[in-house]
Amino acid sequence: MFRFILRRVLWMIPTLLLLTFVVYCALRLATNPLASYARSNPRIAKQPEKMQQYIETNGLWDGFGGYVRGYFHWLRGFLTGNWQPSIKGSRPVWPNLKQALINTVRLGIVASMVAIPIGLAFGVFAALKPGKLRDSAVNTGALIGFSVQPFISAVLLQLTFAVLWSKWFGSPLLPTSGMYPPGHEGFDPVLMLKYMTLPIIVVSIQTIAAYSRYMRASLLDVLSSDYLRTAKSKGISDRRVLIRHALRNALVPIVTLAALDVGSIVGGLIITEAIFEYPGMGKFFLTASANGDFPELMPWMVIVTTSVIVFNLLADLSYAALDPRIRLD
Amino acid sequence: MPRSTQGFDLTDLQIPPLEHIAVTDASIGILKESISPKKMAFKRFMHHHAAVVCTVVLAFIVVFVALAPITTRYGVNESIFKAEAGIPNQNLAPRAAAWFGTDANGRDLYSRMIYGAQISLLIGLFTAIVSVALGTLVGAYAGLKGGKIDDVLMRVTDIFLALPLLVVLVIVRGALKNVDWVVAIMGDPGSVRFLVILLSVIGWMGVARLVRGQVKQLKEREFIEAARAVGASTTRIMFRHLLPNAVGQIMVALTFAIVGAITAEATLSFFGFGPDAGSGLTSLGLLIRDSKKAVPPGYWWLVVYPCGLLILISLCINFIGDGLRDAVDPKMLQDS
Repeated sequence: MFRFILRRVLWMIPTLLLLTFVVYCALRLATNPLASYARSNPRIAKQPEKMQQYIETNGLWDGFGGYVRGYFHWLRGFLTGNWQPSIKGSRPVWPNLKQALINTVRLGIVASMVAIPIGLAFGVFAALKPGKLRDSAVNTGALIGFSVQPFISAVLLQLTFAVLWSKWFGSPLLPTSGMYPPGHEGFDPVLMLKYMTLPIIVVSIQTIAAYSRYMRASLLDVLSSDYLRTAKSKGISDRRVLIRHALRNALVPIVTLAALDVGSIVGGLIITEAIFEYPGMGKFFLTASANGDFPELMPWMVIVTTSVIVFNLLADLSYAALDPRIRLD
Repeated sequence: MPRSTQGFDLTDLQIPPLEHIAVTDASIGILKESISPKKMAFKRFMHHHAAVVCTVVLAFIVVFVALAPITTRYGVNESIFKAEAGIPNQNLAPRAAAWFGTDANGRDLYSRMIYGAQISLLIGLFTAIVSVALGTLVGAYAGLKGGKIDDVLMRVTDIFLALPLLVVLVIVRGALKNVDWVVAIMGDPGSVRFLVILLSVIGWMGVARLVRGQVKQLKEREFIEAARAVGASTTRIMFRHLLPNAVGQIMVALTFAIVGAITAEATLSFFGFGPDAGSGLTSLGLLIRDSKKAVPPGYWWLVVYPCGLLILISLCINFIGDGLRDAVDPKMLQDS
């Protein structure tokens, strides 16, 4: 086990290096940092020697060799904490990025804590009577949930709870944008939850749909297994069989999937955040990519890919830890 | 039905072919005559009532959309009447002259939705065909060969599929549109062709994983071993033995690829990375993007109808895919 972890962790290093190199090239091409810089600083753009200086300090050389050299230049700066300032406004990147990361993780964790248990409950509910009305109802509901894309549900919810609600009842039921009212200072969990309600609902719809299906399939699988028949034939009550034997085993693959999902939270709430103006990673990405802000996008991508890879590893490990039949070495 | 009531014929004495046993389930009954797996899958599909209903609804939508100039009432960019002082044609609520109301430019929403659905469905179909063809080839090759190629492919697709789709699409789109020779092939970044190729470049990976899994299972079966024993080449095994047996799964992948492409197009358009709205063409995603502006003033028709149509189309295709999956893979169907 220890050797497996060590090997996987060591493998992460070349994977991350290769991946960040690919991302570096793609982002250099996509954002064209030099042009963005010239756009934000039109006066400097007229002075070739200043531009040349910008190229040298940021490693924005041309051609494939230039990209490789530039990548290592960027990597050195990144690892030593010597990050380039953003192109737009020339601010340090990390404080904003950190705040965005905290906000997104907060939204993602709350939404997962609401949505995953609901989805699991639906899945168990359906799997207990397979083929009956409740099963098809849950299945149909899940497919409907899948079909409602986050941006559609977001727009529809905004229309209903803010605009039409205030038309019918005088004032909107829920706020539709931001994390706090404009000008608010400090930390206020009640107010924040109120602002987070609609985004949470939007994220939840697809999560509930997915987890109800995972849980149903996993539980049905376990319920038809031999060890469950053994447990029943020993005379254990149905309730105890379900809770002690079936559910615990059915949750093993779910934990793995949940680990993967948590890993993708960091960059995965873009659509919801963008529509509700929530100041998280998604908003950060869209703003930065609209500005072609390479120094902001690159750390963003590093955080997102690292999170995906680390949680991938955790998913594998959790699978091995929970299922003693799996040997990793 | 007990076997004795069905009479006795010679086929009962023979051992039925293996595949037929494998696909027999209780809802079909005991094998009396040989039913091809295709027919059996079709029968099972017909048992999935929601999928059948959705097929009919989708067929209706497709016919309606395909007959565009006949079924629409106005052109894509045609306003329902010329606006005069005191009689505006913008943002009108649904009425006889415009069943679903008009948009911010006084155009008939009903007609625009049909034209939009046309483009969206075309994008979905073309993207799905390209990415399924590509994904099938790559997935089948990797699954059959195994080894290094397989490992590398799975690692790469793992990471790509784990990254947020919108981020990948936005970055790849940005990178591709800055490379001259790519633009020469893919066309203008605002064109439908560019979008189809872009979505296919990402879309094949999911299909490849699915086909690879299927091929990996199939290649352990006896008939592949037999084919190899009589000296069939890898190409022959792949195209004559493996892929025909995976065709059900590939069909399922195709339906989900269609709905994936339609929603990806809508998402990209929603964020302003979609096809160019200026060139006299619209799509469901562009219509929903316009609806974002209609939310604050409360023009509900501009929001509800396009969103409803997109939900309806993806719901129908999702249900068809679900029904197909149950039909081609009876192991998944545990409730009959």
